[in-house]
Amino acid sequence: MDWRQLWEIMSAPDNVPIIALIPLLAFYIFLAWRQAHANDLLIERLEGDAALAKTHHRKAWPFKPGWQKEVHVWPFLLRVEFLAAIIVTIILMVWSITLNAPLEEPANPNLTMNPAKAPWYFLGLQEMLVYFDPWIAGVVMPTLIIFGLMVIPYIDTNPLGAGYYTWKQRKFEIGTFLFGFIVLWVSMITIGTFIRGPGWQWFWPGQTWDHNRLIYEVNRDLPDLFGITSNLGKAIFGAAVVGGFFAIGGFVVHALYRRYNAKNYQRKSLLQYSILMVFFLTMIGLPIKMLLRLLFHIKYVWITPWFNV
Amino acid sequence: MADEKNANGKNGKSVGLVDRIKEDFNSLKTDLPAKAKEQVEGLKNPTKTQLYTSIFRHKHDDTPRNRALGVLSNVFLHLHPAKINRDAVRYSYTWGMGGITFYLFLVLTFTGVLLMFYYHPSKVQAFRDVLYLEHDVPFGKLLRNMHRWAAHLMVIAVELHMFRVFLTGSYKKPREFNWNVGVILLVLTLLLSFTGYLLPDDQLGFWAVTVGTNMARATPLLGHEGPFGAQMGMTPYNDVRFGLLGGSIVDANALLRSYIWHCIGIPIIALIFMVVHFWRVRKDGGISGPNAVILESEIKEPRK
Repeated sequence: MDWRQLWEIMSAPDNVPIIALIPLLAFYIFLAWRQAHANDLLIERLEGDAALAKTHHRKAWPFKPGWQKEVHVWPFLLRVEFLAAIIVTIILMVWSITLNAPLEEPANPNLTMNPAKAPWYFLGLQEMLVYFDPWIAGVVMPTLIIFGLMVIPYIDTNPLGAGYYTWKQRKFEIGTFLFGFIVLWVSMITIGTFIRGPGWQWFWPGQTWDHNRLIYEVNRDLPDLFGITSNLGKAIFGAAVVGGFFAIGGFVVHALYRRYNAKNYQRKSLLQYSILMVFFLTMIGLPIKMLLRLLFHIKYVWITPWFNV
Repeated sequence: MADEKNANGKNGKSVGLVDRIKEDFNSLKTDLPAKAKEQVEGLKNPTKTQLYTSIFRHKHDDTPRNRALGVLSNVFLHLHPAKINRDAVRYSYTWGMGGITFYLFLVLTFTGVLLMFYYHPSKVQAFRDVLYLEHDVPFGKLLRNMHRWAAHLMVIAVELHMFRVFLTGSYKKPREFNWNVGVILLVLTLLLSFTGYLLPDDQLGFWAVTVGTNMARATPLLGHEGPFGAQMGMTPYNDVRFGLLGGSIVDANALLRSYIWHCIGIPIIALIFMVVHFWRVRKDGGISGPNAVILESEIKEPRK
């Protein structure tokens, strides 16, 4: 266990934000979960009691007759805002006094940094470069992430859970978002920051960064495993595998979705449903490709003269 | 006053020069103390002064009307409604991350403008300017640290804001469009941070930007190493990466370009989107909740 190495990574000034992000996320997930849980209990109670559903004020927070339903922005909201501004300023001040912004040697194109890392918020994308060619990891995936986020309001036809925390009424939506945001985005940033060392090799926390380490690792392409040698054969085989993933995966997701999410399935138009499928399967495809690489040393699935997937 | 007019001799009476001066002199002794007294009395109630009423257009006694006016008649606060849902001020619901993001944007603008006074976006001077800033400029180090950490904090705050909006389903009707504006603002925040990374012109920024922009080489159709790039006639000297960097390597032009995007281009674009974002928050009915919970049995399916 190389504690010094671990400390060097953890205390690198630009890594501090991620160290801060993880407990912050944990805290806010807890905060959201607590309210979602309280609301879910309330929903359960109201669904079982039609009379209560008509009279209850329907929030998990206390409310008594005679209380004002609305409060003045000044001072009740503005004081929160001013407090937030003051607290953020104090945090920033303390942070800026105690920790210096990093400044390395002057830029030198002839001296490559090893590892050369992007800023932390892009490390998820850089980590994807291990598993995909740059055109997918660096261009297609970010574009899909942006468009995927943008279509969310238009493909989420679930009318429940607007304006309050809940889990039971939106299991699929929230589960999917948590998977994309926490499991993929944040954990890949964490891997890129704390695990990846020189040569972008995998170093467990506490393992010494060995700049001369070589890993003997033969990465194979999927068509090779099946003994396909011709270019045309590889292209057709790969297209079939990728197409098969979307077709079979799509069918499985379809079967599950219409069974366990029947109402939302009925609410979706064909266009909404297909967009959901494309983005959902692409998102699922990412960790599958990662696992293929990490567990079976498979580099490419689909090989063509112009691009490889 | 009326006497003075007479003293001018209009009614045929002529008054001597000495008398007039004497009278003026006496008026100093009588009028000025009276005026001074009046002035002091007036100052005892400063909210009645013309200066004060010209700035503050309404009274500030603690009445509901004045509380509402305090928000509505203030240009900086008027994006707020006068009154909101009693639960909408709960921090556990809002997390306050949108507001904190905006506040950090203001902090970054302020510190950024100060940093611009000490920085030349040229290969010869950029790195030295940062050294000068760190070692010679009073509070220069604090200034740079603050700009750096506020930028990181802003990225975190934006992501948490998006997270909260998702978890509360706040992107649902009628807020779909504003969610999209928000996604664009998220991208702009990342781009702002990324363009700033190169500016110290040190190894860290240089290689981060090299790694980042190398991906642009692989853009399908528009990058010289991307799928079908070669077929589109892309070379390192005319592809999309060349456009970003103003050259085939990260050099002086790239420094200047990222400086201009960072300090002028993206902030202006982001400001426009922010204006729309805040405006739409109000127009779409203010903050999304906390709403009363809805039960599955109450949903009326729209006729298709």
